Amino acid sequence: MKISFTVNGESMTVDIADENTPLLWVIRDTLNLKGTKFGCGKAACGACTLHVDDEAVRSCSYAVKFAEGKNITTIEGLGERENPHPVQQAWIEEIVPQCGYCQPGFMMATAALLNKVPTPTDEDIDKNIINVCRCGTYYRMRKAIHKAAELHAHRVMNESKEL
Amino acid sequence: MKLKLIYIFVTLSVLGLLFALANTLKISDYEVTGNKSVKVQDTNEDYTKIMDVLTHQRCVNCHPSDHIPKQGDESHPHYFDVARGEDDHGFEATSCNTCHQSENNLNSGVPGAPHWALAPASMAWEGLTRAEIAERLLDKSTNGNRSHEELVKHMTEDDLVLWAWEPGVDAAGEQRALPPVSKDDFKIAIENWFANGAVVPSK
Repeated sequence: MKISFTVNGESMTVDIADENTPLLWVIRDTLNLKGTKFGCGKAACGACTLHVDDEAVRSCSYAVKFAEGKNITTIEGLGERENPHPVQQAWIEEIVPQCGYCQPGFMMATAALLNKVPTPTDEDIDKNIINVCRCGTYYRMRKAIHKAAELHAHRVMNESKEL
Repeated sequence: MKLKLIYIFVTLSVLGLLFALANTLKISDYEVTGNKSVKVQDTNEDYTKIMDVLTHQRCVNCHPSDHIPKQGDESHPHYFDVARGEDDHGFEATSCNTCHQSENNLNSGVPGAPHWALAPASMAWEGLTRAEIAERLLDKSTNGNRSHEELVKHMTEDDLVLWAWEPGVDAAGEQRALPPVSKDDFKIAIENWFANGAVVPSK
């Protein structure tokens, strides 16, 4: 069956034999966007987190049929190399990753959090960022999330000054 | 001797007649509600069937008393500190729908149904007795302001309620346990129990 959606701002249609194929498979194998990772396959670890209509979703457990007409954002579409998203910038500045495998999922979860809670407290982070990192980079991620909130606030302030 | 036989015959006849009457439904055992004829005498049986379902983990797991959803047939706390949140849907950026969609995912074992959420805190059933659950169910101040008619509709038609009979498989691919009463029998019990005034037997 044919399913149409937007990925990182680009409209596309995929032809999928099984409508219950995980969206993650389509993103990685059909669209060749390898930034979103497979971790547990049970919606537990969060490595596959991306955005569907700006909401964080575990794509390993999201049937592609549900993506019809939706706007999907992956880590590749969160920011640009020349103009990274505040979350990506903060991750670089705080040198967060160790092995790096789970980090795209964490960054997508954090970007979704900042959309809802621009200046999250530690408690907000504890409740909302529940992905799993086997390298144990949680401490640096917490710092990066607070840094991202600051960068995001500065960016918003500068944009409003320019207006 | 002849008199004795007649006496025995009459005695047995009377006993037989009494026994037959005791096991025959009287007209007064039925009442007519609309076009339906409802059996009155089984109201306790209906209540028992309903409570067998409402106290089953497929129901109670999402009617917690501590704001923490439970998982699995052994009802462990939901992994990753997932909790009720302000609107019964989890937290701002990690909500129920981050993982749970409108139907079961048979690949990941993540259950799903339309409007997946915790039951509101006023409908907490975990740890309550059957009678206490019934009271909460019937009390408009704790049941979402539902009338008996609305409760019947909710409990026999709502997709999330009926998910209990189609819970799918868990993360290991094992079928989740079903409530001990079939969906059809539960619906009949609900209709009968409410048609008979939703009497809680302990009262």
